Amino acid sequence: MPKKVPVVEKIHKVNDQLALENRAKLDEAGVFSVNLMASPGAGKTSLIERTLKTLGDEYNIAVIDGDLASSIDADRAAAAGATAVQINTGGSCHLDAHMLRNAFAELDLKKFDLLLVENVGNLVCPSGFQLGTHKNVLIASTPEGDDKPYKYPKMYQNVDVLIINKTDLLSLLSFDMEYFTKGVEILSPGLTTFPLSCQTGDGFDAWIDWLDTQMMSDE
Amino acid sequence: MHELAITQRISEVAIRHAQENNATRVTDLYLVLGDLSSVVDDSVQFYWDIVTEGTLCEGATLHFKRIPAELRCKDCEHTYTLTNGKLSLCPQCESANIEVRQGKEFQLESINIE
Repeated sequence: MPKKVPVVEKIHKVNDQLALENRAKLDEAGVFSVNLMASPGAGKTSLIERTLKTLGDEYNIAVIDGDLASSIDADRAAAAGATAVQINTGGSCHLDAHMLRNAFAELDLKKFDLLLVENVGNLVCPSGFQLGTHKNVLIASTPEGDDKPYKYPKMYQNVDVLIINKTDLLSLLSFDMEYFTKGVEILSPGLTTFPLSCQTGDGFDAWIDWLDTQMMSDE
Repeated sequence: MHELAITQRISEVAIRHAQENNATRVTDLYLVLGDLSSVVDDSVQFYWDIVTEGTLCEGATLHFKRIPAELRCKDCEHTYTLTNGKLSLCPQCESANIEVRQGKEFQLESINIE
């Protein structure tokens, strides 16, 4: 005779639990941490490079890079002055809390003030897996088109900060900022947003100020 | 890849509960999926037989209950459901000040065991 067993368990429970443990480790070490998510080519590594250039003298910064393969991004972060750890996900489309925990083993977290985690370039899967970082940041870029909030709603819903990169290209593109912003507003009303260009540095100060403020309130 | 990992997770949760109840096999799984959960039930179904081969879940049937995305306008309190998953402003007052009431769910509600 079959028997019904109530389960009522979130499928992401294991990951969520590990994410909480990661957060506890980061808090104990006194590191402020950011999970950077974006589609491939939106400018995650460029944002990291420019952030390192701007804040590298002031803070000790570690970078954890997630990619399917290669150490190109970690090499770039290291060249820009960071202590960098590369995670090769071996095909997985996102970082999860377990992978981040393994990367922690390669870092003496106490040495750092700021940890930048570069997620796998993907606008779908990373949003479903909390890592335990203090903030989730999404980098959109103007060449991707103004319809992305409408097409990838989950990503735009689960972030604390939105960066709109490559604003220097706006004059070349048919990117309707009003349409884009309206989509964002539906998903995340009042979302903190920084339009900027990692190439020219235009608008970059606001992002740096935000990071600065977060790190100060974190301490 | 994502759906494969998720399918493995579903079977792990089911097997754990089945073992706690001394089951010899799981016959049915009842899953709840919000329309905004980004989980594709077809893909989960596709991986299911491969993932569960030789486990307590082998041969079990997956039942999916989809939860529509329900939104509430914070300005005029109007509540409405998304059709086709396409985002829209509040149909009553056209405000963008909207919160998601439901539709993000992704959980295993219950299992049938023998």
